[in-house]
Amino acid sequence: MNIKELYQEIILEHGKNPRNLRKTDNFNKDAKGNNPLCGDNVHIYLKLDEKNKVEDISFEGSGCAISMASASIMTDLIKGKEELEVKEIVNDFLGMIKENPELKSKKLKEDEKTKLMCLSGVKQYPMRVKCATLSWHTLTSAIDNTQEEINTERGD
Amino acid sequence: MNIENIRKEFPIFNNKVHNNDLVYLDSANSSQKPQSVIDRVNDFYGKEFSNVGRSVHYLAVAATNLYEQTRSSVQKYINANDKNEIVFTKGATEAINLVANTFGQKYLKEGDEILITELEHHSNYVPWHFLRKSKGIKIEFAECNSDGEVTIEAIEKKITQKTKLISITHLSNVTGAILPIKEITELAHSKGIVVLVDGCQGAPHLKLDMKDLNCDFYAISCHKMYGPTGLGVLYAKKKWLEELPPYQGGGGMIKEVTKDYISYGDLPNKYEAGTMATAQVIAFDQSIKFLEKVGIENIVHHEKELIEYGQEILIKNNSVKLIGNPKNRGAVLSFTIEGIHPHDISTILDEDGVAIRAGHHCCQILHDKLGIPASARASLGIYNTKDDLDQLNLSINNCKKIFNLK
Repeated sequence: MNIKELYQEIILEHGKNPRNLRKTDNFNKDAKGNNPLCGDNVHIYLKLDEKNKVEDISFEGSGCAISMASASIMTDLIKGKEELEVKEIVNDFLGMIKENPELKSKKLKEDEKTKLMCLSGVKQYPMRVKCATLSWHTLTSAIDNTQEEINTERGD
Repeated sequence: MNIENIRKEFPIFNNKVHNNDLVYLDSANSSQKPQSVIDRVNDFYGKEFSNVGRSVHYLAVAATNLYEQTRSSVQKYINANDKNEIVFTKGATEAINLVANTFGQKYLKEGDEILITELEHHSNYVPWHFLRKSKGIKIEFAECNSDGEVTIEAIEKKITQKTKLISITHLSNVTGAILPIKEITELAHSKGIVVLVDGCQGAPHLKLDMKDLNCDFYAISCHKMYGPTGLGVLYAKKKWLEELPPYQGGGGMIKEVTKDYISYGDLPNKYEAGTMATAQVIAFDQSIKFLEKVGIENIVHHEKELIEYGQEILIKNNSVKLIGNPKNRGAVLSFTIEGIHPHDISTILDEDGVAIRAGHHCCQILHDKLGIPASARASLGIYNTKDDLDQLNLSINNCKKIFNLK
């Protein structure tokens, strides 16, 4: 695999100019994620409306191009979706990064799938998978309101 | 000294990485191994294997002699007074844990202070943290200056009446700063303070002379010294090994065992419980032989030349920012590139066969102080050349190109 397949233009662009890198006013759910080995950190803010639809989603944090691009693409794509749909998409994405050759969810449009598949290059770089999945795990934590900081390394 | 010939002793360089020649710049993490060390592990298992120090048959006696031979070689290499001042451990980490446990158990009480520095690797902080939790001791940090050094003045500033032990690195694995250990030890001893040196980075790159440094403890990581993994050395002054309690209990470390009484073995057995990393110890003798053959003066000279060259070309490369500027720098060049995260740098360099480390290098406190989450680190060994550093620079430029930086 060529390095340019990992660092595709869309990843570099999102990494450099991440969408939704701010803090949502009046958010009603949030969670923090941390990858201490790499030094990536992310704080996800969600605003769900009364029908549990994502009215707004944003994030703060810093990290490598892969982690920033992943958070950027994720927040862009999740906006306007319902909570249950979000969960399905998160699981689909994590499944794809882990083992599935492609995305299966019917909640995703073709162009959305294409965008997410740009991140599939990390599969070839096991040490970098955590970078791509951190914001997704953190989103799940925010939705479930676990109040637990996602940490890729456990410890005391 | 001919580096090309030295490189030929390391079979790893016959391999290609992503179809490129390997440019190995991660020796501070772990060094590559010469063929003699690799062969020794194999030969010992294949032709001479037995456990040591127990049975009296032919193989056991021969293996025991080989095992003890390495102890003598290490004693000579680091210029220790006595071969029983050399204790084998599973690594430098265990060596420091051994001191924290035994010294902590016998001599430290609530309110006592351990002085470390902001440069320390986690393995020279976490063992003391355990004592902070279990005994209520305090940990003080001597400050690192903007050049990435810890001066003797910075150490002196943090010494109080309660300081019992100073535990410091010989050579920083991030900034490359070499600390004035001899002077620090003199200062500490004048105030009755014990000194432990984390020699993980010092041992592969500097002349070791325990009589001259005069520290109380010196921890060594063998796999960073062209030796096998799973092995470390704790040098400790004999007085300490005699005074301190044993670390782990088990076979090999006892003299007499009854239902209500146990006496411990003589040095060095008292600290080597259970079957040790026998093949690794025996192979480590070949690492010492390799280091002696090359000569520490040649190693120091060669690596100094490389570090100066590396600094020169990286300073010229705009957007590369070197971490620290110590007057006395060992074989480490850490850097950041504005706009590219160190993990991205490392992944992209890897494609060219250039192996560096990215992250906080087990020094989170230092990175917090520097205000960066991570850095990229190129570290050197005796097999590196100026060509390796040129390739590093080329690959950094390629990385900048991918990220559209100038």
